[in-house]
Amino acid sequence: MIGRRAALAAAVVGGLAVLGPLLPAYPLTLITQALIFGILAMSLDVLLGYTGLPSLGQAAYFGVAAYAVALLATERQVGLVGCAAAGIGLAAVTAAVFGVVAIRARGTYFLMITLALGMVMWGLAFRWVSLTKGDNGIAGVPRPEMGALSLNAPLPFFYFTLVAAALSWALLGLLVISPFGLGLKGIRGSESRMAALGYNVWLHKYLAFVIAGVFAGLAGVLWAYYNGFVGPTDVQLVTSVEALLMTALGGPGTLIGPVLGAGVIVFLKNFVSVYTKRWLLILGAVYIGVILFAPHGIVGALRRARR
Amino acid sequence: MRPDFWIVQTFNGLSYGALLFLLASGLSLIFGVMRIVNMAHGSYFMLGGYLGLTVILRTRSFAMSVVAATVAIALIGMAMERYFLQRLRGQDLGQVLMTIGFALIFQDLALLLWGGDPYSLPVPAALSGSARLGGIVFPIYRVFIVGVAVAVGLGLWLLLDRTRAGAMIRAAVDDGEMAQGVGINVPRLSLAVFGLGSALAALGGVIGAGFLGVYPGADFEVLPYAFVVVIVGGLGSLPGAMVGSLLVGLLDNFGKALFPELAYFTLFAPMALILAIRPTGLFGRA
Amino acid sequence: MRSRLHPWIALLLIVAAGGAAGSAAAQSGPIKVGLLVPLTGAASALGKDMLSGTELYLDEINRQAANRRIELIVEDTEGVTATALTKARKLVDQDHVAILTGGLLASTGYALHPFADAAKIPTTYPVMSSDDLTQRKPAKWVVRTGWNSSQSMHPFGEWVASNLKYKKIVTIGFDYAFGWETVGGFQRTFEEQGGQIIQKIWTPLNTADFSPFIAQVKPGADAVFAVFFGRGSLQFVKQYAESGLKAKVPLLGNGTVTDESVLPQMGDEALGVYTALHYSAALDNPANKAYAKAFEAKAGKVPSYYAETCYTNMRWIVEAIRAINGKVEDRDAFLAALKKVELKDFPRGPVVIDKWGNPIQNVYVRKVERVGGKLQNSVIFTYPAVSQFWKYNPDEFLKMPLYTRDYPPCKSC
Repeated sequence: MIGRRAALAAAVVGGLAVLGPLLPAYPLTLITQALIFGILAMSLDVLLGYTGLPSLGQAAYFGVAAYAVALLATERQVGLVGCAAAGIGLAAVTAAVFGVVAIRARGTYFLMITLALGMVMWGLAFRWVSLTKGDNGIAGVPRPEMGALSLNAPLPFFYFTLVAAALSWALLGLLVISPFGLGLKGIRGSESRMAALGYNVWLHKYLAFVIAGVFAGLAGVLWAYYNGFVGPTDVQLVTSVEALLMTALGGPGTLIGPVLGAGVIVFLKNFVSVYTKRWLLILGAVYIGVILFAPHGIVGALRRARR
Repeated sequence: MRPDFWIVQTFNGLSYGALLFLLASGLSLIFGVMRIVNMAHGSYFMLGGYLGLTVILRTRSFAMSVVAATVAIALIGMAMERYFLQRLRGQDLGQVLMTIGFALIFQDLALLLWGGDPYSLPVPAALSGSARLGGIVFPIYRVFIVGVAVAVGLGLWLLLDRTRAGAMIRAAVDDGEMAQGVGINVPRLSLAVFGLGSALAALGGVIGAGFLGVYPGADFEVLPYAFVVVIVGGLGSLPGAMVGSLLVGLLDNFGKALFPELAYFTLFAPMALILAIRPTGLFGRA
Repeated sequence: MRSRLHPWIALLLIVAAGGAAGSAAAQSGPIKVGLLVPLTGAASALGKDMLSGTELYLDEINRQAANRRIELIVEDTEGVTATALTKARKLVDQDHVAILTGGLLASTGYALHPFADAAKIPTTYPVMSSDDLTQRKPAKWVVRTGWNSSQSMHPFGEWVASNLKYKKIVTIGFDYAFGWETVGGFQRTFEEQGGQIIQKIWTPLNTADFSPFIAQVKPGADAVFAVFFGRGSLQFVKQYAESGLKAKVPLLGNGTVTDESVLPQMGDEALGVYTALHYSAALDNPANKAYAKAFEAKAGKVPSYYAETCYTNMRWIVEAIRAINGKVEDRDAFLAALKKVELKDFPRGPVVIDKWGNPIQNVYVRKVERVGGKLQNSVIFTYPAVSQFWKYNPDEFLKMPLYTRDYPPCKSC
């Protein structure tokens, strides 16, 4: 089964890679955007889908990494490797610190703690003006140069993102089928049972939290380069909410579902808004519809239908 | 700092806390009984303000606008609960997500119905202006807000402590299964509590509109504050909502006055800390 | 022998005819104008004004210029810069617009600069007013048809000092670039005339309750100078009056504090407030009278500066189109034409673009008065042909730092 899923994923990645040069620039940039949010949604899936911890604060690590990249690239002219390392590293450290506070809670309380922690980061981004330039944001983040190859044009950057997304999926995929990942699933089912079996529940949850933060940070690094701009809206509650919705829509606990969910939402937002001003209403209705009729998300529903 | 600076800021913090109490008490009750994190609570606040505005512009009666807004939003809230949320009984995450979906719909509906312009709610002359006490100016409307919050607080306390309905609510908050087991109609109770909670949010919205105005975006702006109050005070606890809203009002106010660069940090960081030490809030229980 | 068209020559002729027809089609196809406005989100009312102003002008010319139809493609930025960037890419890469315009937030202005230059797309900014966009960080492909933040404040600072004779002023404003640049411009000329800024209060952008900040105003101020826009203006003016301070300490403001986008929703608390801007709906010139009347008929409300600037912006674009006979495919020519437009009869008065891509235009000192039962920004003084550098030498001006939170420094704080 794993082999089949991997083959399917490889086919999708290959398909996208072939499709890339054939697409005009705008749809290509939308797919790139969907892949970036796909990574963010996958990071949330580790927590939500596999460990049973609903987080409304992934934007904190996403944003911290994005800001690190923006600041280093514009003020210190740091290159890709340095910025990415700093961004992901900072996201990991933030998750490590926040995790100590957050892992104490479960269920709804966990949701609210992560919300609060996300708001703390947003508050810092918004008000620590001397560092983050406040609401102005940081513009002019140059696309990285990898030796002779510049990621300036949509196509090279798309490939770069595709590789990052595929790698993330592969790494997280290995994680969730590893003994550690199975332990997470067990915790999702019943913490007390796992504790009784001798698992270090706290450590499992904490590591899951940090790993989720790391991949959210990776998404943030890509986002900063994608837009060339980072602002407090990247760290706000709405971003965390959107990640949650992408994961729920795609199917929690499936890893590929959240990527699909990200794609659906990015395209929904950008295509529907061309035809009607009421796109937000439609989006809300779509969420409610999915929750009512496909509570395990699209991929979840597909997998159930196949049984 | 001059002494009147402290007095004025404390009063400001108190009056803002009073408004937050109206908003957060409803959220806390809803969570206590139904374990739902109502992400559309801010939407009720905003819609209450808009409805109040429309009514007061038509009828010139502040009282009518308050009544109309609270009743209308209570009905909307109950409809949302009865026809949508009840289908997801037991699915905590699904309910949260559904309320998010509704929040988006409400946001767009408000834009559609009232446009995007910001409005000021015209308050009755009796409540406008200010009173001078020892050289310090107190806007009368803010005193009114404090009064309303005190009255509502008292009313809720009497309801919860002295009435049969209140006893049932407290039982459901304590242990929903047991409450059902002793014959309490928990679904019907949930419906009523959801209506009450929404009505309180709408009341906050109308009253708040008198000095904050009503504008698009108010829903998601005020929601984090409501969450902070309820988390700090403890989910499902009325004294918790009271203490929480006072604390948050004062912290936010003094934070903005004394540490403007870190204004939101001074609010949310203490919240995270309290949660770290007592995850169920100051007055809540697991 | 009958002459017969050689097949190859026939083919060549067909291809040539096709090519000519094709380019003629391109030249007679619609000219697409891409407009970025916030139609949803907190700034949606302003976005609506921007759209109404743009459409009013297009309707006046029947959406035609230089024998080509003008097609307006509107995209919603949701008031979020990342979304504005995405939509800008769509307009340029997918819709192939000839020109990009609109935008509201300062951050969007900074983010679109590199985009416009990279895409080599003629772009105009009717609203975004961050100073540096046409000072130390200009973009070759961007022309500003609106204003910059400190432009109207340089003359205002001087006017307040000389006419109202205030000596000590407390400033309070939104804590971001627009607020800093506006206060900076005011402070510079006010202090040059002998005034003193004794306190600078900054409020977070989404403040709804201004009382913690109003309570900080130092005693001994002759006036308070406020910088807000949108609902912030509405809330601040109301709360300022309620605090009892307005009776003792008069309120001054930048133009967006009493702009017509919020003035109709204000009450008596706004009376007597002096502001300065490059426009007022109450401007008494024939162009504005006609424009305001048309706008009210279309939108059912008095035109705000957002509406006028987009109306003027659209006319500006059309004038440039006419100047190059509609050949907008030649982007360099289009850009050059945009920089050369110079008209005297815009509703706000005469406008010409300076070397850095910013308008030189009148600045009006206004006072809120109730006329005919309605509040309006009565124009009480006009400063003609004000540039972004005021009376300073541009090169000297540019050597000095940009107005920020701490510059000019608050020496008397």
